[in-house]
Amino acid sequence: MMASSTGRSAWRDNLAELKKPLSPEAVRLEASRCLYCHDAPCIQACPTSIDVPRFIRQLASFDPLGAGKTILEANPLGHSCARVCPVPVLCEGACVYAAWNDEPVRIAGLQRYATDAVHSADALPFDPGPESDLRVAVVGAGPAGVSCATYLRRLGFAVTIFEKRRLPGGLNTFGVAEYKMDRRTSLEELRLLFRLGCSVVTNREVGRDLAPKKLLRDFDAVFLGPGLAGTRDLGILGEDLPGVVDAISFIERVKARRGRGLPSGERVVVVGGGNTAIDAATQSVRTGAKRVILAYRRGLADMPAYDFEVALAKTDGVTLLMNAVPKRVLGLRKAESVEFARTSTKAGRLIESSTELFTLPCDRVIKAIGQRKENALPRAFGVALNGDGTIKTDPDTLRTSRRGVYAGGDAVNGGKEVVNAAADGKRAAWGIHRALRPGVPPPPDNEYWISTL
Amino acid sequence: MKRRLAVDLSSDCAGIKSPNPFWLASGPPTNSGEQVMRAFERGWGGAVWKTLGQDPPVVNVTSRYGAIDLGTSKIAGLNNIELITDRPLSVNLKEISQVKKRFPKRAVIASLMVPCERKAWHDIVRKVSDSGSDGLELNFGCPHGMSERGMGAAVGQVPEYVKMVTEFVKEKSSVPVLVKLTPNITDVRVPARAARAGGADGLSLINTINSLMGVDVETMIPKFAVGEKAAHGGYCGPAVKPIALNMLSSIANDPETLGVPLSGIGGISNWSDAVEFMLLGASSVQLCTAVMHHGFRIIDDLNAGLEGWMRRKNFSALTDFVGRAAARVVEWKRLDLHHKTAAVIDPAKCIGCEVCFVACNDGAHQCIDLRPGSRVPRVRARDCVGCNLCALVCPVDGCISMKTVETGLKPLTWEQYAAAGMKGYRLGRRKRRHAS
Repeated sequence: MMASSTGRSAWRDNLAELKKPLSPEAVRLEASRCLYCHDAPCIQACPTSIDVPRFIRQLASFDPLGAGKTILEANPLGHSCARVCPVPVLCEGACVYAAWNDEPVRIAGLQRYATDAVHSADALPFDPGPESDLRVAVVGAGPAGVSCATYLRRLGFAVTIFEKRRLPGGLNTFGVAEYKMDRRTSLEELRLLFRLGCSVVTNREVGRDLAPKKLLRDFDAVFLGPGLAGTRDLGILGEDLPGVVDAISFIERVKARRGRGLPSGERVVVVGGGNTAIDAATQSVRTGAKRVILAYRRGLADMPAYDFEVALAKTDGVTLLMNAVPKRVLGLRKAESVEFARTSTKAGRLIESSTELFTLPCDRVIKAIGQRKENALPRAFGVALNGDGTIKTDPDTLRTSRRGVYAGGDAVNGGKEVVNAAADGKRAAWGIHRALRPGVPPPPDNEYWISTL
Repeated sequence: MKRRLAVDLSSDCAGIKSPNPFWLASGPPTNSGEQVMRAFERGWGGAVWKTLGQDPPVVNVTSRYGAIDLGTSKIAGLNNIELITDRPLSVNLKEISQVKKRFPKRAVIASLMVPCERKAWHDIVRKVSDSGSDGLELNFGCPHGMSERGMGAAVGQVPEYVKMVTEFVKEKSSVPVLVKLTPNITDVRVPARAARAGGADGLSLINTINSLMGVDVETMIPKFAVGEKAAHGGYCGPAVKPIALNMLSSIANDPETLGVPLSGIGGISNWSDAVEFMLLGASSVQLCTAVMHHGFRIIDDLNAGLEGWMRRKNFSALTDFVGRAAARVVEWKRLDLHHKTAAVIDPAKCIGCEVCFVACNDGAHQCIDLRPGSRVPRVRARDCVGCNLCALVCPVDGCISMKTVETGLKPLTWEQYAAAGMKGYRLGRRKRRHAS
């Protein structure tokens, strides 16, 4: 079990990255294992279609910078994706070694080695396109927006990114569990990409500080990458008590105040069964909580979290409480306990028991039952939404219902991975090019990434 | 209980006897008596002493060895520019005597190299004869340094010199003489015949192959250079084994050298490599690179592996199998044109990498198809030319096998086909698929 000291050094150790970089020898070994499959399943499994066998072959032939270029061509956020991608369900999960009952090639580790080399060389492997007088505004400096901005710059558009927070990166900077990727890595990735010549305006919220109308007037196109809104409420009594926090803010505080201690949370109850709930639970343990219970209303098999994330929570000593739904947060001046009702499932339907109630004492309740859809921004731009609150887009170009307005990332897909957002940004950039410069071929050196769409 | 077959590993190569066929080849592992004694303590059957020459001894450069690695495998091939022994002759001879005194049953063979003069060779043979060596090996193969001084490969590349020097040695030697051949020659059978004509009791091969290991693409200096300059060296290690096997078998099958005792050298790393050399005619084998890589201790698994294999094959002595496969190496014109094999993919073993497809399609004969909805490729058996490439690239053991196709045709060699005026070939030429 994790050391439960909140001392500075223990914090640092507990939050240090779990996956260490591969040594050059390990890279040689892993690279030599790759079979260089034809029409490789790992490429098919990657939302950005990184040519994995090609970059591994480049690593094996002592060309890490060439490998880095192969990766960043298909996915400008390859540096962070090497750390945060759920590879067991993506490229590594598709590796043919699985059919052999063998460990897949450690693609994420190899990718990290290659993009680390790019960052050590401190030089992007591509240049901005020849400047055109067309301007695109990108709303939100998260993965979708940054990916879109990168490709737009390569196509020669002038790009201004508007970010409401004080730092760019979105969830990559604020929401990724610290042991997966620290904030500095996210910011370094962005710093390199922004060298393509993006204007980045932080602390400026479109819709509040800046009218959408103005953007539509001043720019030839707008890309919306707002991500998701706040965590859903539990909708129960006592939710407003101090000590009840949402997972996103909690993780953000852990990242921001790393090493400086958080208000104590000796006994923590995390409500939810997704990957964010796992992140909140494991980071609670890692920041000194004595006892962490993750409560989910359905069974273990129903948990939306990936198996390997659940396994990590177990390793960290998180207690998994299944079939329990919170009914009340109790406490005088702050949260002191949560009352749960037992649940069961009948014919797929969740049934709450009205008699089987129990109470868990706690100092902190972390809500992680999913995030609301961001609807203020799309509404301000007057774009149509789907029934589930996501922004309606054309699948080929990611254009919204409004001409000149494009969208991607969590606000469109409902909440997926960084790599999905990166893929959206790429698709939208090509969509914007085709709309703003119809019939004009892309500038040189853009063919490859367009071929990955 | 049934007793296990008694297996005798002892070897007799040109009259040189050793308790097992594994000898250390002339090279760094046999540099000194101290090393050879440790090797013999561990169980090596024989040792060919690092080549002796005239005094004063040679001096060497630093940066002497270079290697190529394959993936994570170290030393697939090894290059060296080290010369013959750099110690005085008297020191080596004294140590040879000490080794023989302590290990009388092990074979110690003195490797020799002096200028091409009768007197020089007579002198050294006389001096060595007192040391108690069981045999001599004439180093006509060293391709670097010494060859520039008219020795080593410079002798081995001129059949007349090979014969002449062999004769010089045979005039004085009281022990068997092996001639070690250089592979840096167009047809190794020619110097082999010359050595035989000169009276050699046996032949050992191959010596190292001329090589340059590479160029550092950053500094643009040849790899493993001495400072900023490099000289070609001699290449050995696992990579050279097929070359050595071919040369060995060509001598084993040459009517003019038929039956000459052979000591096989070249890329032997384990017992099965050694058995391959023996099946093609070697009655002893010599190892160097594998020992330089892993040490004398490999003799344990060499002996155990050979013994286990012999027991499995019911062979009680090396003579039961030495040369068994030699006659199966023939000229191309004697191969059966009517023998047909075709690749078969086992779908249960296939992991769907499709490497066979791309290899066949781009690099061979376009006989494998992909099927929609499946990652298991399919061989069009009718079109398959049986080239083996798919089976070679397949990463899964036994997934792709080359199955013999019964054609019911009588064997037909090219020799017969040509003699019949290019008639009688029945397998038919396949239709090329046009690029679509």
